[in-house]
Amino acid sequence: MEISGVRRNSKILIDGALYNVEEAEFTKPGKGRSVYRLRLKNLRDGGIIDRTYRSGEKVEEASMNTEEEQYLYHEGDQYYFMNTKTFDQHPLSADLLGIKKNFLKEGMEVVMLMMGDEPIDVTLPITIDLKVIETEISTKTATITPQMKSSIVETGYRIDTPSFIKVGDVIKVDTRSGNYVERVSTGK
Amino acid sequence: MAEDEHRRLARLAPNLRRRAQIYDFIRAFFKERDFLEVETPIRAPAIAPEPFIVPFQSEDWFLAASPELHMKRLLAAGYEKLFQFSHCFRKGERGRWHNPEFIMLEWYRQGADYLGIIEDTEQLIASIAPKLGFKNTITYQGKKLDLTFPWPRITVRDAYIKSAGWDPVAVNDSVRFDMDFVSKVLPAFSPERPTVLIDYPAPQASLARLKPGNPLVAERAEVFIGGLELANAYSELIDAREQASRFREAVEEIRRERGQDMPLPDSFIKAVARLPECGGIALGIDRLVMLFCDAASIDDVMAFTADNT
Repeated sequence: MEISGVRRNSKILIDGALYNVEEAEFTKPGKGRSVYRLRLKNLRDGGIIDRTYRSGEKVEEASMNTEEEQYLYHEGDQYYFMNTKTFDQHPLSADLLGIKKNFLKEGMEVVMLMMGDEPIDVTLPITIDLKVIETEISTKTATITPQMKSSIVETGYRIDTPSFIKVGDVIKVDTRSGNYVERVSTGK
Repeated sequence: MAEDEHRRLARLAPNLRRRAQIYDFIRAFFKERDFLEVETPIRAPAIAPEPFIVPFQSEDWFLAASPELHMKRLLAAGYEKLFQFSHCFRKGERGRWHNPEFIMLEWYRQGADYLGIIEDTEQLIASIAPKLGFKNTITYQGKKLDLTFPWPRITVRDAYIKSAGWDPVAVNDSVRFDMDFVSKVLPAFSPERPTVLIDYPAPQASLARLKPGNPLVAERAEVFIGGLELANAYSELIDAREQASRFREAVEEIRRERGQDMPLPDSFIKAVARLPECGGIALGIDRLVMLFCDAASIDDVMAFTADNT
């Protein structure tokens, strides 16, 4: 594909290695050529590289497909998913999952990005509801600006929540940032 | 997830208000100095052929990529000082600092050369800052920027020798020139001061005259502030034959590079013969507003862009 068509999250191949475009910056001296600066993440080892291209250059677009899969379990730093049609199991490493590994619940449905037979990445819903299993006891009295405190949700992820959150509450979490969004329901 | 339009436009309100103020200050600056505000067509049968500026076509005509040619035709007819805010269009230019449709401020002054025009620019920008409540210093993207003039000038030759290790006046390599500019030369400019880059290699003169006494360079200057390319000034070329020959070369290069046939702007070339000595500049208003709003992206100072149509 033409370099001008590359966007953030495009998947490209360089010397056979698969990269995700983390950032694509267009820049151009007024009278000069367009220059594209890409920050690329190697989708196998997580390494980051920067590359510069000028207008007219081409890059190899990776041909990807998506499958509906279910999260099963993890063992060490391998997280296992199962294709809901073929029942094939696909592992992804904690490094490649990044922040997403904190929001995986057993049985949850995800979209698996595949290159041929190789699992590459999963797409999670933008928000997910998680039960609080542990939290600090709030000592502060109610104020106008909510005090934050540290809580732990069912996946073991530690998250800052408002002080009114109690064990057993279900909260909505943004899976892109890992931030608390709102309380969904109160525990008994 | 795209931001809802209503929320986006509400968020931009302070920047759009400031943008309108900046327009008022600029108009006041030029009117005090007896410049005439003009409007020229944004759609024309022929525009300046530029190898790396791709125009939009409108039926058989082109959308303006700059108002330069029409403004110089007015100068050739005896108008002495002109300015204009105009919508300009450049295909494929989209990023943090670019939108394919943008606003250019251009002004021209009879009797001025490129450095005289740079002095106008210094005064203009330094006059806007206090009206917006700044002293001589603004903060752009976490860095303090001192706008006190005169701004440091550096020749293209010295800047490349210092940052890229070669002399682009001696070696004509326009690909390397552009790549090194983006990756080496521009990043080496001081973040604390504007930089005026002067005396471009003659092959990049475009519509500027060559320097009397040193025809290897053109009297062309560019202003950079906070990493942004803000403006491009010329001592205008007033030799019609030389202009026609440069345009013919550009038309040829465009045909080779992107297979496009661009007509020669004949009415302009005819007018060049009557152009007085003059200087002019094109300044990207959206980027100027970005500086004064401390905005990271051009999208933060435009109500509607190519991605928020």
